[in-house]
Amino acid sequence: MTTNSTESERLLAIETSCDETAAAVVQGGNIVLSNVVASQIDSHKRFGGVVPEIASRHHTETITMIIEEALKEAGLTFSEIDGIAVTEGPGLVGALLVGVNAAKAAAFARGLPLVPVHHIAGHIQAARLEREWHYPALALVVSGGHTDLVLLRGEGEYEVIGRTRDDAAGEAYDKVARTLGLPYPGGPHVDQLASTGKADIPLPVAWLEEDSFDFSFSGLKSAVLNTVHNAEQRGETLSTADVAASFQASVIEVLVEKTKRAAEEYGVKQVVLAGGVAANQGLRAAMEDAFKESPAELTIPPFRYCTDNAAMIGAAAHIQWKKGITAGWDLNGVPGLALY
Amino acid sequence: MKILAIDTSSHVMGTALSSENGILAEYITNFKKNHSLRLMPAIHQMMKEVDVAPEELDAIAAAKGPGSYTGVRIGVTTAKTMAWSLGIPVYGISSLMQLAAGGTYFPGWICPFADARRGRVYTGLYKVRHGILTTELTDQVTSLEDWLEKLKETEGRVLFLSRDAEQHQAAIVDVLGERAVFGTDAANRPRPSELISLTAQVEPQPPHSLVPEYAQMAEAEKKWYAAEEGRTYE
Repeated sequence: MTTNSTESERLLAIETSCDETAAAVVQGGNIVLSNVVASQIDSHKRFGGVVPEIASRHHTETITMIIEEALKEAGLTFSEIDGIAVTEGPGLVGALLVGVNAAKAAAFARGLPLVPVHHIAGHIQAARLEREWHYPALALVVSGGHTDLVLLRGEGEYEVIGRTRDDAAGEAYDKVARTLGLPYPGGPHVDQLASTGKADIPLPVAWLEEDSFDFSFSGLKSAVLNTVHNAEQRGETLSTADVAASFQASVIEVLVEKTKRAAEEYGVKQVVLAGGVAANQGLRAAMEDAFKESPAELTIPPFRYCTDNAAMIGAAAHIQWKKGITAGWDLNGVPGLALY
Repeated sequence: MKILAIDTSSHVMGTALSSENGILAEYITNFKKNHSLRLMPAIHQMMKEVDVAPEELDAIAAAKGPGSYTGVRIGVTTAKTMAWSLGIPVYGISSLMQLAAGGTYFPGWICPFADARRGRVYTGLYKVRHGILTTELTDQVTSLEDWLEKLKETEGRVLFLSRDAEQHQAAIVDVLGERAVFGTDAANRPRPSELISLTAQVEPQPPHSLVPEYAQMAEAEKKWYAAEEGRTYE
């Protein structure tokens, strides 16, 4: 099925790549008519992390209700929708499958084109909901599953110039949080605790090769774990606030520094901070500070578009729509999908 | 009634379509490959061939499990979302009952089952009474050993229908001897057209309310409850 030529199309977008069941209606790629997110955090909390099987079960239970809510909130019926966009990957395979199959079913039933979207493209295009792009641009995507530095030479032209070689930044936050006895999800708790502590505990910063834009957080994570355990064994009390502050300082330093270096090297006009960890106060402040004097303008989408949501999928789908890119009925969820 | 039936709860993937004159089309594969990718193309192809458009459908019937967790979710999600998008009701039908329906002309007990790993099976006990397939022992996940002890207390022959029959045949015959009867290869595969027939004895429901029947908690939940109650969990 082909997309029609209008650029003010209304897309119903569906996102189920991890533990949020989300649906939204986005018009023309930047007007959010509705954005419904059902978080499963309360259900996963007791396990100390997202359990894939539980996530998939919740998605299946609620998917049609969430879609209905998104249409209702937008004040639209199916006959006023031009196409259906869905996250193809990456993510948890069982979770992705629910969204993909729901999107295929709805598109087939209503005779609508199906638009496949890459989850990270979604995070990046959340910036569209805030302001227009200026190319070349750079996006730092930081979340529980991703730490990517992406160069955009033009609309929808993504080039990953740096990525984590081990843990995602958000993953390291969750593990450190657990070591410090903080509840799940750990990120916001570490961030809050860090703001009350002193970053005076020596921890490694992984710069890797001199010209590399890649990241590595597993060494830092292990160093935090060792520091805490060693102190315990010596019977010393360590200020958890200081540990959090030192850890956060190390993460932020490398994220901000590499982003700044890449921005200069590629002469970008715009820098976007995206992904769930973009909600981190310490990271936001450091990025704002780093780009205050820079010729590149910094964009940080509002919090509700940083954590997983479907409005960002609708925003990214707009670019696919304009290019006439649609999926066949054999669309599948792809957990390790390469960025497009 | 134009009813679309969907079953992806095992390696067998099936879809069928009925019209006012009965079963119009049926498509089955017994092939362990990507139901998520293949289901919608199969439905599309089948409906196109018999010239039925989605908006002509009156209802959708889905096998709701128990069976493969992911498999069941693919079928249930597709069925409920299609039905909701079209504003039509769904029928959620036990995957075991669907399989049991293949034994309609058997005069004794009908025992559909599927291997659930670690010596356990998804199973239930059915019987045709006055021409209607009735549930005698509800669907459950149980150790095959315990289940066979239960069946030993019944009288008469038991028809076992399962894709995993061969694997457990010796254990079954060990307990039930000549009382045990086994299905043909064809009868061991659930047919999607049976879902359409079974809509006659199942209440239709609004699409939102259709959820898979897993018959058991997720592993993580079992462990969590065990820890909460101070039990050990292997």
